[in-house]
This record gives sequence, C-alpha cells and structure tokens, in this order.
Amino acid sequence: MLKPLILASVINSSRQRMLTARDDLLAICRILAQPPGLAVLGLLLILPFNALAEGPYQTTEAFLEETFSGTPPSPDVVWLRGEVKETAAEILGHAYPGIRVRYWGVNNRTAWVLEEVGKTQPITVGLVVNDNGIESIRVLAFRESRGWEVRYAFFTDQFPGIKLTDQHKLDRHIDGISGATLSVRALKKLSRLALYLHQQTVQKNDSSQ
Amino acid sequence: MKFKPFSMAIAACLLLWSQFILADKASATPTIEQLWEIIQSQQAEIEALKKEQRETAQQAADADEKAEAAVVAVEEVDAKTAGVASWVDKTTIGGYGELHYNNFEGEDNEIDLHRFVLFFGHEFTDSIRFFSEFEIEHGVAGDDQNGEVEVEQAYVEFDLSESMRAKGGVFLMPVGILNETHEPGTFYGVERNDVESIIIPSTWWEGGAALNGYFANGISWDLAISSGLEMPTTGKNAFRVRSGRQKVSEATANDLSYTGRLKYTGIPGLELAGTVNYQSNATQSNNDGLNEGILYETHAIYNSGPFGLRALYARWNFNGSAVSAAGADDQYGWYIEPSYKPWEKVGLYTRYEKLDGARDQDQFDQWEVGANFWPHPDVVLKVDYRDRNVDSNSSGADDVKAFDLGIGYQF
Repeated sequence: MLKPLILASVINSSRQRMLTARDDLLAICRILAQPPGLAVLGLLLILPFNALAEGPYQTTEAFLEETFSGTPPSPDVVWLRGEVKETAAEILGHAYPGIRVRYWGVNNRTAWVLEEVGKTQPITVGLVVNDNGIESIRVLAFRESRGWEVRYAFFTDQFPGIKLTDQHKLDRHIDGISGATLSVRALKKLSRLALYLHQQTVQKNDSSQ
Repeated sequence: MKFKPFSMAIAACLLLWSQFILADKASATPTIEQLWEIIQSQQAEIEALKKEQRETAQQAADADEKAEAAVVAVEEVDAKTAGVASWVDKTTIGGYGELHYNNFEGEDNEIDLHRFVLFFGHEFTDSIRFFSEFEIEHGVAGDDQNGEVEVEQAYVEFDLSESMRAKGGVFLMPVGILNETHEPGTFYGVERNDVESIIIPSTWWEGGAALNGYFANGISWDLAISSGLEMPTTGKNAFRVRSGRQKVSEATANDLSYTGRLKYTGIPGLELAGTVNYQSNATQSNNDGLNEGILYETHAIYNSGPFGLRALYARWNFNGSAVSAAGADDQYGWYIEPSYKPWEKVGLYTRYEKLDGARDQDQFDQWEVGANFWPHPDVVLKVDYRDRNVDSNSSGADDVKAFDLGIGYQF
C-alpha cells in the first residue's frame, strides 16, 4: 500500500515540476516576445553579420602542407580514359567533370582534393590514401544548408582503414546521419573514387618500373 | 724414310693452301691510317645518332608540352565557359515527387500526384547562398481544384563563421523529423506519419529570420523569429493547428512566433532533438478565446546496421477560454517506428501512433506496417497497410483501414 502511495506522490511531484517548468518557459517566451526582447533577439541576428565568413575551412594548400609535413610533392595526374573513366562515372553516378584528376603522392601514399554535390551544392573533400586504404578524410568546404555533421570527426572517424572491394564498394559499413543522407552519400562516393584512383597510380608506378 | 707420292701431293696442297690463307689475312689487316678512318667514321655515326636522339627527346618533350598546353587549354576553356555562364555553374536544380494510390475499405479509392517539387538554389559567394522549394500539391492547382502551388522555401543563407549560419526569408520550421527532411526515399510509409501532420503541421514553413550553430561534438542549436499561426476558432476546423498555417501568403504578422531547437548528432546513426515553439497569439487577434500557444517536441532516431528506430512526441498547450471550453487546449501525439533492412534495397517497418488533436477525426490510435524498395538510391517504391481506430466515431470520424502504394523519386 505504501509503494503505490509513494509512486503517486513521485508522479504528482514530477507533474508539478513539469507544470512549473512550462510556466517558466512561457514567462521567458512572453518576455522575449516583448519589444525589448525582440530587440535583443534582433541584435543577436544582426551582430554576427559583421563577421561574415569567407572561403573554405581549409585551403587545398594547407591540406597538402599538413598531409606531407610541410613539403608536398609535385602534383601528378590520373588520366580518365577507357575503363578508368567508365569506372569513375559508375562510382559517382555521373561522369567526372574533367579529363584528368590531379593528385599528390609519395611512396604509395596519395592525397586527393575532390568535389561532389550533396543535395544542391558541391562539397570539397581532401582525402589521403595510404597502401590502398583511407588514411584520413577531411571536408575542406561545405556549402549545403543541412548535413554539416559530415564535417566533424565524429563522422569522418569512421573512414580510416576502409578499403575498396573488387566491386568498387567500401569494405565497411558507414553509419549515416539522419537528415544528412545526401552529404553522407557524397563522402562515401568520393572515398570510393579516391581509393580507385589510388589503385591506378599504383598500377602506373608498377608498370613504369 | 720413304715418301709415297700421294702423301706428298696432299702435304704440298695443304702447305700451298695455308700459305694462301696467311697471305690473304695479311692483306686484310688494316693499317693504322685505315683504323683511324674507321674510328672517325664511327665517331661521326655516334655523333649523328646522339643528335638524332637529342632531337627525338626534344620532340617528345615538345609533344608533352603541347599535350599539356592542350589539356590546360581545354581546362581553361571549361573554366572560362563556367565563368561566362557562372550563374549556371552556381545555380542548382533538384526536386522530388511522389504518386500515391490509397485503397480505402468502405470508401472511394484514390490515386494522387501528391507532390511535385522543384528546388532552385544559387551560390552568390562561398558564404552567401539562396535556396528555394517550389511545390505543386495534388496535381492541379486553381479555383475549385484540389491542389495548391506553394513556395515552401525561399531564403538567403549566410555563413557567419565556420560553425554559425543565419538565414532570412521563407524557411522550414526546425521541428520534428520530417518537416525539414521529407524526400520520399528518406521515410517509411506512403503517407507521412500523422503526428507530423496533425500536431506538427508539416510541411510547416514561415517567413522570418533564423540562426543556426553547431559544434564539433555534434550539438547544434537553432533560433528563429518568424510569422505565426492564425488558427480558426470557429467552424469544423476550429482550433485545428494545421488550419492555422498562413503559408506566408500575405500573412497576418501582428503576433510573431519564436522557435528554439537543440539537437545532438554526435554519434553516427543517432539523433536526439528537442524543439520549443512559442506562438504569442495563435490567432493573430485578441478576444477570440484563443491566445498564446506553446509546442514542445522531442524525438530520437537511431540507425545501426540494418536496424532503425524513430520515436517522436509533440504536444501543444493553448491558453484561452474558447479553446479550453472546446477541450482543444491540450493537443498531443506520439509515434514509435522500428524498422529493419534485410537487404540493402529493401526495408520493412511498423509504426504505432497515438493522437489527440482538435477534431474528432484527429483523435485516434493507428497501426501501420509496410515496406520500402529502393531500386536506385534516389527512387523508392512503397507499400503499407493502415489500421486506424478513432476514439469516438462520429460524422466524419470513422475508423480507417487502407492499403497504400506509392512511388517516389528525388534528384
């Protein structure tokens, strides 16, 4: 008998606290809805415009400097022709916008700066491939209205070590971000493309030796 | 010692022959002068070959240079073309749409081009962009037609810093799961869930200004000041939230609306969010028995491998004598939706919803089961079955049993 009474008391007390919290919230909303509150909110909206952001989060040059410890190698290219061109188009779901892809590489370690549209805007991504596996992936510029999560380590940390299967798919599952499906898809495509193009550089080096 | 004539003859022949060979060899040995000439001639040949090799290498280098120049020229032409038509390069078009077939038990069946949507976006600079969504609902719009032509989004967005953005214009309210992300392939069910139609009036858009910030730990926040609802207080749709949307069409803006959202997406596959929306006057006029309103919404999404779970709870509280008298001062709804993808292209789900809206037909609980099939990541085929039990049957508030088919796309 005692337990139901205690439970009822706890529920009643919790309900009371929720109602109090609701009333507090209503009071805050009422204050904010008054002219002084509106002015504060307006200032909050206007003030940051003085510091309008410009450009990408990291430039290609800075990405390469960081990747190659301050001494990036000269760029080389992978030509997109024949099977390479077709496979690149298959991975992206559309033709690559160019006839060659520039990369920077030393000792079976290559860096790529690639772009792919998420929903409506291109996402610029820097990828490092080492020994046929992703070493790191970094969003250099993100222009979409939603899906910003793909920029951050809690998402990109899933990629290191991932490799390409014979069917040109990633060999591991990448957990998505709700509401950022298309941005996630764009990064997965670019990872596959970088891994595939890296394979072409390895084959090129093998054949030239 | 005796020599036989035959043997002697042979010996003589051999001697003569060897002498002949030796004489011939002596005559073929070049003199030093001849050797010098040979060396000179060979040296000349080497020089000629070297020259030829240098020329070939030069030609190859020239060819490489020309090829490089040609490629650079092609790339420059591409860039120039993009420059000439920079607005094309910076302007994007997309869209989505869905066709539904509803087979109702005991009612007329229906086939409907529910939505046909086009996106237009434009990037003015790296940090200023425009986005819009233009929609035709139910196929045909106009007088006495079922459909509507709507501009659901048309805003300019500014990057204020690496982790803060502002926007002004017509935008989707930051609330719920579907209101901002509702392309057909992103959710289960031919029709959208009812909580995010009756309680959260999705698609819900307003005109105003908003700030959005996010942090590296996956927490983000939204603040918005916008036009508010103008809910009816009389008639069959009295106090119905969905009927209060002004759709930014010469919207009365005597009393604004304020929205705040906090969201956590720091673990891939997980989303936790909560939104509060305050309507300073939900009818935009005084003394009509409905004053302020406040919406609380919270939801969770979790996807791990083939398993998925969505759950959402939303509740409105309204102040005012008329709304209280009508019993519509407290409207709420919630749903839970587990799902499973046995294959990459197939997903199965079930959903349970409980609603308590303003009208009799908006007070029910409903089970739904169904499947999505994605033949392509941007194309979806859907099938489901709904079983709705209204709390109290009355005119226009009947139980619903329906079998639905749908096809949707996005690009």
